[in-house]
Amino acid sequence: MEVIRHGAGSTAPTTNAPADDPFGALTGSDPDAFRVRQQRARDLLRGELEGDDLEAYVRESIVTTTLDKAVKWAQGNSIFPLTFGLACCSIEMISLVGARMDISRFGSEAMRGTPRQADLIILAGRVSMKMAPIVRRVYDQMLEPKYAIAMGACSSSMGVFNNYSVVPADKFMPVDVHVPGCPPRPEAVVYGILKLRRMIQDDPTMAWRDRYRAHGTEEWARSTGEEPDIVALSRELAATTAARNAGDDRDGTGA
Amino acid sequence: MPDVEALERLGRLISADDPGVLVATTHRPRRAEIEVRPDAVVDVLERMRSEGYAMLMSVHGVDYHPEPRRFGVVYELLSLRNRDRISVKVRVDDADPRVPSVTPAWPTADFQEREVYDMFGVVFDGHPDLRRILMPEDYIGHPQRRDFPIGGEPVIFTESEPDHPGWWK
Amino acid sequence: MTDEPTARPAHREHDAPAAGTDVRERGADIADRDDRIGGPSAPAGAATATAEAPASVVPGGYRAHEASIDFSSQLGTVATQDEAELLTINMGPHHPATHGVLRLLTTLEGEVVRDVKPIVGYLHTGIEKTCEDKAYWKAIPLVERMDYLAYYFNAMAYCGAVEDLLECEVPKRAQYLRVIHLELNRIMSHLVWLGTTALDIGAMSILWYSFRERETILDLFEYSSGQRMHTRYFQIGGVAEDIPGGWEQSLRRFVREMPKRLDQYSAMLTRNEIFLSRMKHTGVAPAATLQAKGVTGPLLRAAGVPWDLRKAMPYSSYDDFDFQVPVGTEGDNYDRYLVRMAEMRESVRIIEQAIDGLPEGPWITTDRKVALPPRHELATSMEALIHHFKLVTEGMRVPAGEAYHAIEGPRGELGCFVRSDGSSKPARVHMRDSSFINLQALEDMCRGGYIADMIATLACLDPLLGGIDR
Repeated sequence: MEVIRHGAGSTAPTTNAPADDPFGALTGSDPDAFRVRQQRARDLLRGELEGDDLEAYVRESIVTTTLDKAVKWAQGNSIFPLTFGLACCSIEMISLVGARMDISRFGSEAMRGTPRQADLIILAGRVSMKMAPIVRRVYDQMLEPKYAIAMGACSSSMGVFNNYSVVPADKFMPVDVHVPGCPPRPEAVVYGILKLRRMIQDDPTMAWRDRYRAHGTEEWARSTGEEPDIVALSRELAATTAARNAGDDRDGTGA
Repeated sequence: MPDVEALERLGRLISADDPGVLVATTHRPRRAEIEVRPDAVVDVLERMRSEGYAMLMSVHGVDYHPEPRRFGVVYELLSLRNRDRISVKVRVDDADPRVPSVTPAWPTADFQEREVYDMFGVVFDGHPDLRRILMPEDYIGHPQRRDFPIGGEPVIFTESEPDHPGWWK
Repeated sequence: MTDEPTARPAHREHDAPAAGTDVRERGADIADRDDRIGGPSAPAGAATATAEAPASVVPGGYRAHEASIDFSSQLGTVATQDEAELLTINMGPHHPATHGVLRLLTTLEGEVVRDVKPIVGYLHTGIEKTCEDKAYWKAIPLVERMDYLAYYFNAMAYCGAVEDLLECEVPKRAQYLRVIHLELNRIMSHLVWLGTTALDIGAMSILWYSFRERETILDLFEYSSGQRMHTRYFQIGGVAEDIPGGWEQSLRRFVREMPKRLDQYSAMLTRNEIFLSRMKHTGVAPAATLQAKGVTGPLLRAAGVPWDLRKAMPYSSYDDFDFQVPVGTEGDNYDRYLVRMAEMRESVRIIEQAIDGLPEGPWITTDRKVALPPRHELATSMEALIHHFKLVTEGMRVPAGEAYHAIEGPRGELGCFVRSDGSSKPARVHMRDSSFINLQALEDMCRGGYIADMIATLACLDPLLGGIDR
């Protein structure tokens, strides 16, 4: 921002105002009176600062931003989680609002009972086959922008309960942050929420490969001798899957 | 637990009218069990209630898979007065597993018989509302039978993603 | 979920055009039942006598199937006067006041609850099936995750059942350590109950107080076993590890503090006008009904039946300790609250006695077929090495048989049924979970009361959905 100033330095004429009438400038019809008042106010406001010092002071105390950034800053600092407990992890999720973890330090203490008011769904526990459509519906009811944290091993990858009944959350809804643990400590969930906050604020925490500049060290189960092009690979896989599903419609639902 | 003699006495008691009712009695440390013919289970439990075992604590479904008379239903009875427990068991065949429901006489068996039906497919005749309770209503199969596969899916990690094409679809 | 059990069959068919003939038959069935339900001349039980086995598959996908599901049989016969308008509302499975993913199909007349049917299974995890795929001692972490506020109790019931099968003797020190942890867990469970119940009633600050003490208990758990929840501290034949140095001091500090904290809660709630008016004379059910429904634990004791397995059929040295069984008089929610508060005090007393009288000695059985040998023996003893190898790779072989081991959990009788076929994996593990059984009595407690009281009653029932659905 360009700082606009008039009349650097106090060179305003003061001779027109009588010494015994400090308010004379206010009542008089002198065209200079307004400039005098203005000058005095300016002196008062800037105090002792002048010249480059004043310039620096203004630069420090005024923040310029885009509206977008400001909105994201606000969003990231007031994430309203949904009160949605499934299993063991939900008890640790309640501990989040307890005195020790006190998630309100990060602006997320306002647990909302309805998905319409919530920004964040924490899948705290195992999602069964019977529950998955309901979870999806709850997620669909949330308003944008919305985020999801899969808390614990069960909702991330089914954990120990890799059986006929449990579904990982990635299968039916997008998940932003996975928090490992069985159940994760509340600290871990706080860390997950903080990660989410940085993600919202367009400043995603770097993964370890970024931090350690370790790109190119990925190990692939099927080595092709060169670093795979993930985008092309996934497109190719999607195409083959679509072809396969078209030819082999096993479940008969046309999915 | 009733000791061996008390268990034998109970066994004689329930087989007084019809000797075929009693199939076996088992006595182990901390367990006394009477196995009865499935169609007589309601009468036997009534008889046990008059003997003081007035609370039905639990109903378990069991699958003795390779054995004949494959499915078992175990009723755990408790006597508040004598501070005593006894188990009554019935075993039914795989082909048409049917057991008379004890829910009209013991309301606590309601959910538990539904669970046994859900998990093992044992049909309880006379149950007022025999539907699945834990699995979705449209589920096919009875998942806790021994020959039902445990299920589960391969977990996808970044490095194993190419091995499981199409999982995200 | 929008379920209208009394919906018109025509709409049903319209909603589910893709469904097959099966659905249409069911639609007709709904109409048939509709006539019987609302009518005053409906014979009792007529609507439910024609219960059919559920159709296995409905073509047309999930939505069509969902529209075709028929809940009318769950309504049963509703006692109504003349043409009173009944409103069926659906609570849950996502509802803040249902303590998890419980779903209640509630039939209201105005604000009065005429019927309530719990629908469970939304958290079914198949733990019992998974246990059959694990070695005996590797199933302990799985059973702990059933009733997730009573993990020590789950482990205790399971270990007790396996010990019954093994006919294995648990050393005295292990029994005392088990008692200490069980009672700490009982306090912890009741604290969570207290916080969430008070939250449902509208007393929000109690949650923070009770979770403060809960954190203290979890610190003790973490100190002795390394985990906050699902500690897997109990081992078949004893406990996994002796208590670490300094744990006793921390425990004594907690035992000193806890009665004062309980006084604080009492000061806030016991004579609180709003709390009293919400809790007194609500959710009453006679003791005979509760017994018929198999209800145990604080709910039954609040109704005046002094049945506590710790006293009646002592296990794990509970007969060594001097404690009382609190009993209510009326059986309303307030009695349930008082009984649980008194139970916490008694638990503190038991812990105090147990830590005072903690005997020296081994903390796990010396039977090498059951328990791992101490680490230092592995370097010197071939036999210990073989036992260690066998236990770690294969697990213990348990003699064939069946066992049912019941203990007094925080919500009532928690029993574990284990069938062994002689191999190293259990052939069947089944939990008699107290929440699952107690939930059947919800209908008797709520019918005729206001729906607001139903929330309080449900909270005082203390259902744990992880235990119900397993």
